[in-house]
Amino acid sequence: MVEAFAFYSLAAFILGFAVLVITARNTVHSVLFLVANFLFVAALYVVLHAEFLAVIQVLVYAGGIVVLYLFVVMLVNLKRPPEAHADPRRRGRLGLAVAGLLLAQLVAVLGYSATQAVPAAAAAATAPAGGNVEAVGWLLYTDYLVPFEVASMLLLVAMIGAIILAKREL
Amino acid sequence: MASGRLTKAAHGAAREGAARGDGAPPATEPGSGAEPRLNMIDIVIIPLLKIVIVFVAVLFGVAYLVLLERKVQAWVQVRLGPMRVGPHGVLQPIADALKLFVKEDITPARADKWVYTLAPMISLVPALIVFAVIPFGGTAHLFGKTVPLFVADVNVGLLYIVSVASIGVYGLILAGYASNSKYPLLSSLRASAQLISYEVAVTMTLVSLILMAGTLSMVGIVEAQRQAGLWYVFAQPLAFFIFLAGGLAETNRAPFDLPEAEQELVGGFHTEYSGMRFAFFFLAEYANMIVVSSVATTLFFGGWLAPFPNVHALAFLGLVPGWIWFLLKVFCFLYLFLWIRATLPRYRYDQLMRLGWKVLIPLAIANVIVTGAVKVLL
Amino acid sequence: MIPITPAHYMVLSAALFMIGVIGVLVRRNIIVIFMSIELMLNAVNINLVAFAREWHQVVGQVFAVFIIVVAAAEAAVGLGIILAFYRNKETVNIDEMNVMKW
Repeated sequence: MVEAFAFYSLAAFILGFAVLVITARNTVHSVLFLVANFLFVAALYVVLHAEFLAVIQVLVYAGGIVVLYLFVVMLVNLKRPPEAHADPRRRGRLGLAVAGLLLAQLVAVLGYSATQAVPAAAAAATAPAGGNVEAVGWLLYTDYLVPFEVASMLLLVAMIGAIILAKREL
Repeated sequence: MASGRLTKAAHGAAREGAARGDGAPPATEPGSGAEPRLNMIDIVIIPLLKIVIVFVAVLFGVAYLVLLERKVQAWVQVRLGPMRVGPHGVLQPIADALKLFVKEDITPARADKWVYTLAPMISLVPALIVFAVIPFGGTAHLFGKTVPLFVADVNVGLLYIVSVASIGVYGLILAGYASNSKYPLLSSLRASAQLISYEVAVTMTLVSLILMAGTLSMVGIVEAQRQAGLWYVFAQPLAFFIFLAGGLAETNRAPFDLPEAEQELVGGFHTEYSGMRFAFFFLAEYANMIVVSSVATTLFFGGWLAPFPNVHALAFLGLVPGWIWFLLKVFCFLYLFLWIRATLPRYRYDQLMRLGWKVLIPLAIANVIVTGAVKVLL
Repeated sequence: MIPITPAHYMVLSAALFMIGVIGVLVRRNIIVIFMSIELMLNAVNINLVAFAREWHQVVGQVFAVFIIVVAAAEAAVGLGIILAFYRNKETVNIDEMNVMKW
């Protein structure tokens, strides 16, 4: 009951802010709605007992990545509105059509999954011992060590790339 | 009138935020439903009471911190400071609050009104809800009940603090943007770059502390220091120094107060603000100072623990309640903040960035590596 | 009330993903397009975490962490490109980003 209430209210906020993100005329408002959206997604992670991920969501997404967006918007957005001569109607129809197709596909997948019985393994699996942080950390540093290292290399490459791209002359 | 309503709304929001941070842990522990009556008191009334007490104490502390700052600055400069309102000016904060309440609340004509109103709240609310996970003491016995002296002990406490603090930067950036004015915009660009840079170094020092303590819970970290019989400032002096520098930078205090450098930027990101909305930024800055002091106390100076537990001659120090030790330590930190402001000149912007990226972050990473190596080898 | 099943989370995730797709296809401001991509990545994360909960395994959360890492890298490089582009053409409208060199 509590979970249902939390889920429906959070889902409403998540979808509402997501719609606002893509409809807001002012890019800064768009970024703000994105932050709100991420915060509610983090709350949804708490409902799902993924506390570590919730905190990481706030820390990395809301506190890091979106600040970067805001920074760039403020550097870029000051001279003239970016969508001064867009061609909204044709794009809109195309977008809605493709999105509708994709939605139909996902609904089909969902319908198919709903008709299947839940496998017995779901009930048999045991809950991980210890806290959520320990569990995630343990997996990251044992089974997923190689992907973890690859991810850190990716971050390093991205960092160097971003510096080279953004710097006027080296 | 509008300003009064505004504050009430924001206070409500802040309390609600704190309540949300606190309300989550009881909801995730459904097993404690043995005695419904006791349960009601334990999971609703006591936390609510604690939230209200913490909230009031922080706002009170902020009000008097402002007075203390003016007094300390004055004493350093051989002046008297505020003396008119009450004996030695002790009622000055009340006068200030009244003045800010009744002042006209101006919104610039070309400002982004919506964001302009939101920005002060965004900067104040994170500063207040961080207190949800800070342990002010061990446990206290009140009316035959054992009450832990913290609002919530979540197992991601430290990360919670870092992440909530990282939301606070939006207040500064949005204030600068929404004012539609040059100086606030420059200031907010500076502020965002500064906060992001120093956040990296601070988070890195926290990693080395987590390696020492083996837990992310704030209560757990204090307990680990009690078991080790060692405050972490002695085990991690470098981490403490970096944390202090980063803390000064993240609260925009001297010598890193570039976002509000009066000589270059008029008043910084809050140049256009007046009345209660300006007061919100003011409150947020001082609340952030208290946050950084509390976190430093908890992580490096043993939180509520009494000093010298091993010296028998000083055993009577353990009789003093833990929360008094906590407050004393926090006060020392706050005094240090004021002292530094009165002593050190401001950094230049390029010096600030160089210090952050070329000194503090490499040092912090080296510290993590050394800590990890020592931890593995010993 | 119906208990909340993974299907609920999947529907939420699908809807969020859809909003992201619409954003990418309809908007012409490249920064908004980037934000729509972030929305889609979040939709994927919600799905992963919901299934991690359902199967009582943390693997889904580990993958979500990796997705956040990739999102951070993408944002850093993407915004770097936007800045470099803006410096030359003074626009963030992707319809004007139609030349191979200038």
